Amino acid sequence: MGGLQNFYAAHQALIYFMGINALLALSLYFTLAAGQLSLANAAFMGIGAYTAALLTIKLDAPFALAIAAGALLPALVAVPLGLPVLRLRGVFLAIATIAFGEVVRIVALNWGFTGGALGLSGIPAKTHLWHIALALVVTLYVLWRIRGSRMGYAFEAIREDESAAKTMGINTTYYKLAAFVLGAAVAGVAGGLSAHFIFFISPNDYGFSQAVDILVYAIVGGIGNFLGPVLGAWLITLIPEYLRSAKPFGVGAGWETLFLNGLILLLVVLFLPNGLVSLFGRFRRRPAPAPKAEESIVDVESAQA
Amino acid sequence: MSNLLRLDHVSRHFGGVRALDDVSLALEAGRIYGLIGPNGAGKTTLINLLTGLLPPSAGEIWFADTRIDRMPAYRIAALGMTRTYQNIRLFPAMSARENVQIGQHLVTRTGVWQRLLWLGSARQEEMALQGAALALLARVGLAAHAEQRADELAYGQQRRLEIARALASNPRLLLLDEPAAGMNHAEAAELAALIRSLATDGRTILLIEHNMGLVMSLCDHLIVLDFGRKIADGPAAVVSRDPAVIAAYLGAETAPDAAPEAARA
Repeated sequence: MGGLQNFYAAHQALIYFMGINALLALSLYFTLAAGQLSLANAAFMGIGAYTAALLTIKLDAPFALAIAAGALLPALVAVPLGLPVLRLRGVFLAIATIAFGEVVRIVALNWGFTGGALGLSGIPAKTHLWHIALALVVTLYVLWRIRGSRMGYAFEAIREDESAAKTMGINTTYYKLAAFVLGAAVAGVAGGLSAHFIFFISPNDYGFSQAVDILVYAIVGGIGNFLGPVLGAWLITLIPEYLRSAKPFGVGAGWETLFLNGLILLLVVLFLPNGLVSLFGRFRRRPAPAPKAEESIVDVESAQA
Repeated sequence: MSNLLRLDHVSRHFGGVRALDDVSLALEAGRIYGLIGPNGAGKTTLINLLTGLLPPSAGEIWFADTRIDRMPAYRIAALGMTRTYQNIRLFPAMSARENVQIGQHLVTRTGVWQRLLWLGSARQEEMALQGAALALLARVGLAAHAEQRADELAYGQQRRLEIARALASNPRLLLLDEPAAGMNHAEAAELAALIRSLATDGRTILLIEHNMGLVMSLCDHLIVLDFGRKIADGPAAVVSRDPAVIAAYLGAETAPDAAPEAARA
């Protein structure tokens, strides 16, 4: 028991961050599952972090209330933001959400109420590991139950063919917005929880590079399954820690971390386009598609031509 | 109003191209209508207008006593109109059963909340819908392929899966856009039997098809488009002898040009 406690004490921050980053990766999974490439979740995380931290610092609000508000406010912001921007597709949606992230960052940077560039410090340490674990379990449970539900099928249909989904009677605007709002709420929870163990937050913690980090967790892990983003977040969170302690390059975690993160992303995108999680699926997948199907399409087309 | 579907002076222009030009027509419930015409006549455009994927440039469309031209596509589907696509648009990475289950969206009552709370009613509906999906797959001859990915199915199977998906919400009006394209004679005959059985359920069917044998064997009534204009509309036996129709249709038949319409769709 003593050994385990020592291990936990030595690696507490790492374990916390693995949980928080997994939550962030899952928050992005909601929109990715519905085929939408949104990069707004770092900003939603920031809104959640500032909301929760301001409530506990200035109003001495109960922790549960602060976290709940940290989930609610990003979700509320996501509605008027999502309605116009979710009409955009692919790269245009990504750019619009990056712009939103910059707006949030600039506001936090210049608003006295949020502490400006100095950020907020002295946030009480209220987050325990079980809070993060609970948030993670609840999020995974929700994702598990959405799968195969009316909403889950709607998300998949929109991802595969939005027009066809509409003619099946699916209100695509509603479901895209639902995915966006749910993701914002989860990102907000992750922000509120992380703010209450890192003591200090500043606007630049929730900028573009955080948005890209979240995307990398999800892509490296794979988005074919909701366990993928968790896997990706854990791996990418563990790498700098490994570099710091094992020093495989003879030095600590500086540029090597960024280099290795980039290399992993490159390798995954090139050789495992469905992410790390697809490694597990390979062993129980159905046999490869019979070539028959493809041949018949070719035949039909050449017969028509 | 006794007509299930009515078009009043509907036009659709793409720039200077009149894809549909002042088309009026009416469909009565419970019959099989054939919509024919040479490639580029505006048949697929008409279906896209009906299902709300395109707004008309002019005119009114009424379905089930509701004006639907300006309505979002998902609401038109909810009124009871679904379709298949000339260029197959299944959800490729999903299984045949999942494709049909997406089609059940409009008849699914259980939301996420009931599933999160693990309510018995949710489980019951889920089992019932899954059973219905498998029954539909069996009806279109895909019972053995329920768990196969849609893009792994053979071409004719994909066309039948689209019909099963469109049927899953139990629509009043089913629009079939060239369902027999690329099928051989045996497959087309099976398809004809399937379509006939759907009509005996009391469903109205609008069939776009180039296979005239199939059209004549199935349809009570033919509507003919040529260059976006309606050139004939009446009982199949009368329309098929109409000299204007024969001129328009046979003229196109001798010049096989499947490509232009496929590219446009």
